[in-house]
Amino acid sequence: MRLTEARPGTRVLAFGGYQPARVLTNEELAATVDTTDEWIRSRVGIASRRIAGPDESLADMATAAGGKALAASGLPASDIDLVIVATCTAETAIPNVAATVATRLGIAAPGAYDLNAACAGFCYALATASDAVRAGTSRYVLVIGAEKLSQWVDWTDRSTCIIFADGAGAAVVGPVSDPQAGPGIGPVVWGSDGAMADKIAIKDRNSFLMQEGQAVFRWATTALHPVARKACELAGVDPTELAAFVPHQANLRIVEAIARKLGAPQARVADDIVHAGNTSSASIPLALSRMIERGEIGSGEAVLLLGFGAGVSYAAQVITVP
Amino acid sequence: MAMNETEILTGLGEIIDEVAGVPADQVTPDKSFVDDLDIDSLSMVEIAVAAQDKFGVEIPDDQLKNLKTVQDVIDYVRNTGVSA
Repeated sequence: MRLTEARPGTRVLAFGGYQPARVLTNEELAATVDTTDEWIRSRVGIASRRIAGPDESLADMATAAGGKALAASGLPASDIDLVIVATCTAETAIPNVAATVATRLGIAAPGAYDLNAACAGFCYALATASDAVRAGTSRYVLVIGAEKLSQWVDWTDRSTCIIFADGAGAAVVGPVSDPQAGPGIGPVVWGSDGAMADKIAIKDRNSFLMQEGQAVFRWATTALHPVARKACELAGVDPTELAAFVPHQANLRIVEAIARKLGAPQARVADDIVHAGNTSSASIPLALSRMIERGEIGSGEAVLLLGFGAGVSYAAQVITVP
Repeated sequence: MAMNETEILTGLGEIIDEVAGVPADQVTPDKSFVDDLDIDSLSMVEIAVAAQDKFGVEIPDDQLKNLKTVQDVIDYVRNTGVSA
C-alpha cells in the first residue's frame, strides 16, 4: 500500500464574506420585545445585525461567500477537491449543505461534508482542511462557515433574539507555493467539554436556541485565553507579534475580556459583531474578510483566530493574512 | 491567616475599578452593585472571577445572584475563605 505525498505547509489563499441585505436594528427589536438600544449595546455590543430574507437559504448564503473566496483566490473551480461547510443550522439533516454548494459553484465531484462544532466550527474546519492538504488528501479546499440562526431564535425571547444573526464567510486553503515563505496556517489547539453541553442548546427540532448567558460568559472569559496563548506558542508566534486577534464574535464584552487577558496590546481586535451580530461559525471569516477589505490587516501579517461556543467546544490557530 | 474586612474591601475596590471603571473610593460596604454602582450581571461575573484569583474564594453563579451589596461580597469571602 502507498500513501499520498505529504506537503510541508498550508496557507489561506483568500477570504470571502456574505451578509443578507436585511438590516435589523436595535430600535426595531425594542418595538417588539422589552429591551432598548442602550441595553443591547451595553450588554452585548451589537448595534444592528443582518437577517436572511424569507426565501434566502443557508446554502444560498454559503454559496455567495464561497463564490467570493473562490474568485478572490484566482483558482478555477476545478482546482477545488474538498468542500467543508461548518454550520449548526443546516435546514435539512440530509442532504448536507456542502455538496449542494459545491455543485452550485461549479466544483465537480469534490469531497464534501458539513461539520458541526457550533461557533468553533470555522476554526475546526480550517484545521481539518489544512491537515487534508498537508497529508496530500486534497490539493485545494473551500472552507465555509454559514449560519441561519434567525430560524432557530425565539423572537419573543429578549435574552437571545438580540444576539444572533445570519451570514456566511469562506476561505480557500491550499499548499504553500513558496518553500521559503514558511507555513501560513499554524497548529490548531482544540478541545471540548460535554459536561457543559446544556449551557447553549437547541434541544430538539421543535425548540428554540437557549443559552445560560452567565455560565457561558464565565466559561468564555476564564477558559479560553490559555487556549489562545497555546496556539501562539505552538506556532512560534509571540502574542506581541500579532497584527490582529479575531475571536468568534459572541459578545463584544467576551471579545474584549479575552483580548485583555491575551497579552497582545498592539493587536487589532475584531469587533465585527457591532454590525453583524453573532453569526456563530460565520463570524470569524466574515470579520477577517471585512478587515482585509478595509486594509486593516496586511498580507503576510500574523492573525490569531479563536472559535468557541456550544458543545462546549473551542479551537484556535495562528494564520498569516493572504 | 484570614484577610480582614479592610483588606478585602481594598482588593474589591481595585477589582471593580478594573472591571467596571468605578473608582475604588466609591466602593464602600453599603453600596448596592446594581442600584448604586450601576454594575450589571455580566460585570458581576467578571468581578467574581477576579475575586477568585485575588482571594482564592470561588463564587459560583447560584451564590453570586444573592450578593447584592459590597458588604455581601466581603462577608461571603470572609466566611468561605480559608486563608490568604
